[in-house]
Amino acid sequence: MKSGAHLQMRWMELLVAACFVAAGWLVISDSIRVGNAWGSDGPEPGFFPFYIGCLMLSGAAWVIVQTLLTWRQDQGDSVFAEKHEFHLMLLMLIPTTVFTAAIFVLGIYLASLIFIAAFMVWQGKYSYFKSIFVGTGISAALFFLFEIWFLLPLPKGFVETWLGY
Amino acid sequence: MVGLLNMEELNNLFQGFAVALTLPNVGFMLIGIFLGVLIGVLPGLGGANGVAILLPLTFGMSPTSAIIMLSCIYWGALFGGAITSILFNIPGEPWSVATTFDGYPMAQKGQAAQALTAAFTSSFVGALVAVLMVTFLAPVVAKFALNFGPPEFFAVQLLTFSSFIGMSKEPPVKTLMAMMLGFALAAVGLDSVTGTLRMTYGQESLLQGFDFLVAVIGLFGIGEILLTMEEGLAFKGQKGRISLKDVLDTWKEMPQYWATSLRACLIGCWMGITPGGATPASFMSYGTAKRMSKHPEEFGKGAIEGVIAPETAAHAAGTSALLPMLTLGIPGSPTAAVLLGGLLIWGLQPGPLLFTEQKDFVWGLIASMYLGNIVGLIVVLTTVPWWAAILRIPFSIIAPVIVVICAVGAYTVHNHLLDVALMVVFGLVGYAFKKLKYPLAPLVLALVLGDMAESSFRQSMLISKGSLGIFVSTPLAGCITGLAMIMLFWPVLGLLKKLSRG
Repeated sequence: MKSGAHLQMRWMELLVAACFVAAGWLVISDSIRVGNAWGSDGPEPGFFPFYIGCLMLSGAAWVIVQTLLTWRQDQGDSVFAEKHEFHLMLLMLIPTTVFTAAIFVLGIYLASLIFIAAFMVWQGKYSYFKSIFVGTGISAALFFLFEIWFLLPLPKGFVETWLGY
Repeated sequence: MVGLLNMEELNNLFQGFAVALTLPNVGFMLIGIFLGVLIGVLPGLGGANGVAILLPLTFGMSPTSAIIMLSCIYWGALFGGAITSILFNIPGEPWSVATTFDGYPMAQKGQAAQALTAAFTSSFVGALVAVLMVTFLAPVVAKFALNFGPPEFFAVQLLTFSSFIGMSKEPPVKTLMAMMLGFALAAVGLDSVTGTLRMTYGQESLLQGFDFLVAVIGLFGIGEILLTMEEGLAFKGQKGRISLKDVLDTWKEMPQYWATSLRACLIGCWMGITPGGATPASFMSYGTAKRMSKHPEEFGKGAIEGVIAPETAAHAAGTSALLPMLTLGIPGSPTAAVLLGGLLIWGLQPGPLLFTEQKDFVWGLIASMYLGNIVGLIVVLTTVPWWAAILRIPFSIIAPVIVVICAVGAYTVHNHLLDVALMVVFGLVGYAFKKLKYPLAPLVLALVLGDMAESSFRQSMLISKGSLGIFVSTPLAGCITGLAMIMLFWPVLGLLKKLSRG
């Protein structure tokens, strides 16, 4: 999939179009299940989704055909992302994903604290003290804003239970 | 204009000012403006997702105060986008991309203060013209739309979607695909007409379908952060400080560009009412200004007209996008779509009846549009250095904080943890779509309007007993449907023209 130092645009076009094919297929198969005909009093529940799915499929087909037709011309020169750029993007995406998973376990306050502090140490090369200070500050601000001022409870973990919330 | 000016509307407007000028509402206005500028300045937070994140906080407020605060966030974000474009060459918002073309060169030449003053002032002028138009046109449109039945509403919705395909800058096929994805996501869950479950695939969490607020926060917020990270931004900006003398000097210079400004207003209002939105309006206005200018060669090197044109148009478009939202229930931009979602959540039915049944709300909002923009202009002119300082905070601190704010926003929509995970998925989609030129606005609008469009279609079908002829049965519905068809096949017409020329 990679050649040289960048992700090629043409492969990404195909990948996203393939996702559209999959989504379109899901939509169509379900609309057939609930009925996609034109009933006596107008369309059945699957009528619209059926054509929506069809349009997604044909749109994706168009993109795929066009990409393949210009495949030779392109020679993989159009850049989706340079390798180091893509790398940087992953450096954001992966921590974000881990953070999201951590919310389920630790609650949003502790997860945010760790996420912000860890990101600062790791990406910004800040000292541990400074990073934990900023992380705690943001978490505390969130806590006061939501739990106390707006009374909107956010997901909490064992630490908050232990502290009596 | 004068012909439309009647006493009743003026009365209503004054009543609106009375509503907007109560102490709590002025407070909410100020909070909104400050939050809005902040959102506009920070990468990853923009008008649409900023309003989406803060929407849950307003559930307990009165709808009038809530809409005043949220719309002021929108005006603030429109102002804020210009600051980063001019001082840092980083568009804080998509609609301020065109402002960087001449704003940043001006700042490099040491004319940052002039560029900022010109940007803020022309934003204000654009917004003011658009608000005036909304004030006098909205009641007329609403009165007219009172005669609309389901077929007319569907025809208008069809027109909205077709004009996206006809006028989009992105490839029409990709616009169509993005829009269909929005419709498909909107269809997930309980079908409101028959009560059938669609596309839930046995997942109980999908019963309610996908919430567009979560989608907006992911697509625009997380997606933007991923893109910004990829560019490996180091914020190196020009100094921004505006003295009173700079302001007055620039104001003296600006009237000579009245023609540019007027054209920008017209383009902006038009693009705002039709669902073009602020971003294409700003580009179109920049292009027109360059073509009509006496010195087109100076564009891109720091021409003040190159700042005036896009800023005026962006604000005019952003403001007039509220006209179709209030009168027809059809938002003209993603941010207007989020505000529309807010109306539904506060229990107000957007559409022509709003003007007769919720007078305080509508006119309070319109009055706050005047006040909010005046307050906004004063706030940004006096506080530019602070905002510039915020951007000097390194991205390695800002990025995780914004992700946390987005996560909190996504969670508070429904208090579902799964929504946070969904937000990350939408973020990835937003990233890939931006890079591959799939437009996001039609996706969001389809997600918001999908159910509404389907139910007005089905209601029409119940009236006509299943005949499609109902959409051309009255002259009004016929005209709108016809216009929609022209818009829809516009790209095909363009293609045919090219082919026939050879």
